[in-house]
Amino acid sequence: MSDRTIDRVAQATPVRVARKIRGLSDRAIAWIFISPTIFLLLAINIFPLIWTIQLSFTNYKANRIGREVKDVGLRNYERILTDTDTWLNMQATAHFLFWTIFFQVLIGFTLAWLINKKFKGNDLWTTIIVLPMMLSPAVVGNFWKFLYQPQIGLFNYIVSWFTGKEPSSFEMLGSVTLAPWAIVIVDTWMWTPFVMLICLAGLRSIPDYIYEAAEIDRASKLRQFFTITIPMVLPFLMLAVLFRGIENFKMFDLVVQLTGGGPGSVTELTSINLKREAFEKWRTGYASAYAIILFVTVFGLASIYVKALNKVKQR
Amino acid sequence: MTKFFSGLMRLRRGPWEMVATILIAVGVFMLMQPFVLWAFTYSFIVTLIGTVMFIIVSHFPE
Repeated sequence: MSDRTIDRVAQATPVRVARKIRGLSDRAIAWIFISPTIFLLLAINIFPLIWTIQLSFTNYKANRIGREVKDVGLRNYERILTDTDTWLNMQATAHFLFWTIFFQVLIGFTLAWLINKKFKGNDLWTTIIVLPMMLSPAVVGNFWKFLYQPQIGLFNYIVSWFTGKEPSSFEMLGSVTLAPWAIVIVDTWMWTPFVMLICLAGLRSIPDYIYEAAEIDRASKLRQFFTITIPMVLPFLMLAVLFRGIENFKMFDLVVQLTGGGPGSVTELTSINLKREAFEKWRTGYASAYAIILFVTVFGLASIYVKALNKVKQR
Repeated sequence: MTKFFSGLMRLRRGPWEMVATILIAVGVFMLMQPFVLWAFTYSFIVTLIGTVMFIIVSHFPE
């Protein structure tokens, strides 16, 4: 902005306002500017968190407003952490977390490694691979539901083409043994491109001269891969693992659309179970304690994530 | 190893953050493991200690 414009704006400010502003220090003006954000942060994040912590020590039920609220101490936490059903939900979450991360890292890194080789149509392939990530999880859940249909689903027909089994002889979403794998396949299909992009950034950050020096030292391609590529991409891979770990720990929409937690409760992840406790059984105090347990876990993982992020930044 | 322990003794950020990170990782593993119920029961307290420790030690000098 030119000096003349600044002068004109200054002259346009009413004398009363100008006098008031002139009396304020820089620090006070800075506080005036950031106070709406701080207020919103307190109202939307901090207050609900403190209230949830307080509710987690009570037997409060949100659907019974007039009911007397009793302080139950640590009983909600004790009940959650000794409940075998909750433990099974955690195991379902662990199965989902472990296998999605395993496949996403494996396929994502392989794709990134292939895309990093310069070939014709490289950019087009990158765009095509990245497409699933841009879809809404609700849409992905719905159309994979159709793909998994035993009568008309394309997935069953492809599997039958490879295995020779009848397409209608197995139900991906209805079988207790197959349903946990069905959600793993869909999440892997959707989020592998994300891991690929992070790995690609890591691979492209490795300077060519390191490989050239290795070539001069007559290091084999395999040796170069294990002593240059893997160690230099590792911080990026770790970042991808942590990011996907945190995201999948909170997974809700995709699985609800696909299986709704069934059959039985084999795909009932913790977030789905939490929603049931809070808004179907209306055990608000219990659900608050559950939410705090999940929050502390995600917060802990996020702390490690930030640490890993700083390490990557330092490179 | 000696550097790690001397860092712990002199309240340095790096080694203490490492301890907190290990506690969080162990806590998360205990929460999700399918082997013993008691590990699941004590997982929350381990993760909580690790997380609180991480917040505190991230203010220690490098």
